[in-house]
Amino acid sequence: MDALNSFIFSFFNLKVMAQYLPLVAQGLGLTVVLALLIVVCGLALGLALAVIRSFGLRVLNWAIIFTVDVFRALPPLVIIVLLFFGLPAAGLSISGFAATWLSLTLVLMAFSEEIFWAGITAVPKGQWEAARSTGLSFLQTLRMVVLPQALRITVPPLTNRTIAITKGTALGSVVGVAEILGASQSAMSFSANPSPLTLGAIAYLVLFIPVVALGRWIETRFAWKR
Amino acid sequence: MEDFLFAFLNWDIVTQAWPILWRGFLYTLALSAMTVPLGLAGGVVLALLSTSGPRLVRLLAAGWTDVFRAIPPLVLLVFLYAGLPFAGIDVGAWGAVALGFLLNTGSYYGEVFRAGIESVPRGQMEAARSTGLSRGQTLRHVVLPQAVRNVLPDLVSNTLEVVKLTSIASVVALPELLFQARQAQNATYNATPIVAAALAYFLLLWPVVRLVSRLENRALAGR
Repeated sequence: MDALNSFIFSFFNLKVMAQYLPLVAQGLGLTVVLALLIVVCGLALGLALAVIRSFGLRVLNWAIIFTVDVFRALPPLVIIVLLFFGLPAAGLSISGFAATWLSLTLVLMAFSEEIFWAGITAVPKGQWEAARSTGLSFLQTLRMVVLPQALRITVPPLTNRTIAITKGTALGSVVGVAEILGASQSAMSFSANPSPLTLGAIAYLVLFIPVVALGRWIETRFAWKR
Repeated sequence: MEDFLFAFLNWDIVTQAWPILWRGFLYTLALSAMTVPLGLAGGVVLALLSTSGPRLVRLLAAGWTDVFRAIPPLVLLVFLYAGLPFAGIDVGAWGAVALGFLLNTGSYYGEVFRAGIESVPRGQMEAARSTGLSRGQTLRHVVLPQAVRNVLPDLVSNTLEVVKLTSIASVVALPELLFQARQAQNATYNATPIVAAALAYFLLLWPVVRLVSRLENRALAGR
């Protein structure tokens, strides 16, 4: 029974947990704020790029495709480290929070642009032609005919991708952001006990299990009949 | 401009840091060669359990998948590396990475394989069984080949994510590309090694990104 007791003492130490609950709760709050900022900015930028891409300006499109490829190919942690440790060398200091927010926003922008664009191209050409022939302008067609159909099929892949990238907020702990992981790691060093880490894991489960379940539901709800 | 070039694209620094960056690059390849097969194996097992096990096993597999998709991989890694030793279990940095990736990417691959298996019509299974193939034979020769083909874009895209994710091994001090670049940056007080590492990741993964993009567009447009 000794092993079990030491296991409980290490990972489910209620005294330590109670003491550091406020700290981890603060981390949870920071994670939520950071995640919301990333989701809003990343999706908005991604949609904007996809719309610009639909104008069909060749040079601009190449630039967009290249940018998207860059942020799909680079690991998010590399971008965060580059911004946080690299920019000061150019005399530009940036906080860990800002570096994490900017990096993950750019990554989500890239992935969502790709998905939005795939959605736009999946709308049959006849829809465009029919809408334009009724006298709608290019933008009206895009806004009222194409995007509503395009967005619908992008919902499932977009949800999953957004969840995956939002979980990247934990990477902020590497550059000193006191989000859930950062907060529980400090608590772990203060208390010399890993129970706060268990608390952190629970916080992520509380935050993300509903979102993952929502993603699953959306996937079936929005699935197209083949 | 001069300052910028000096701080970010400094050729002297690149030549200086080259040997350790190259070792880091090879280490990243080795880590990927370990974590991708681990994830794939875990994924196939999870997918089989969650599609053809008894009801209770199916539920457990689905719950397991959701839990390990909800916990960020870095949290898992820190827990295994820094938490477990408190209970007298020291799996080391390699062990922590292997176990963390098995749990995390195994769950992601599991979801992909599950979707693939479910996309194969039931009639295929029944027809194969009625020709006298066993359950295992049916899975291996009839269901899995079609399942893999149906979810190929997701499989490739997930593999790309796994290779990118190996960069978190730098947090537990495994000398992969990002870790080595940070070391070189600390030694030289210059950001060039990190830029070089980013460039190396880009050159390695750009072809894969192009491939994924083509496969995904085809899949979405084909609906």
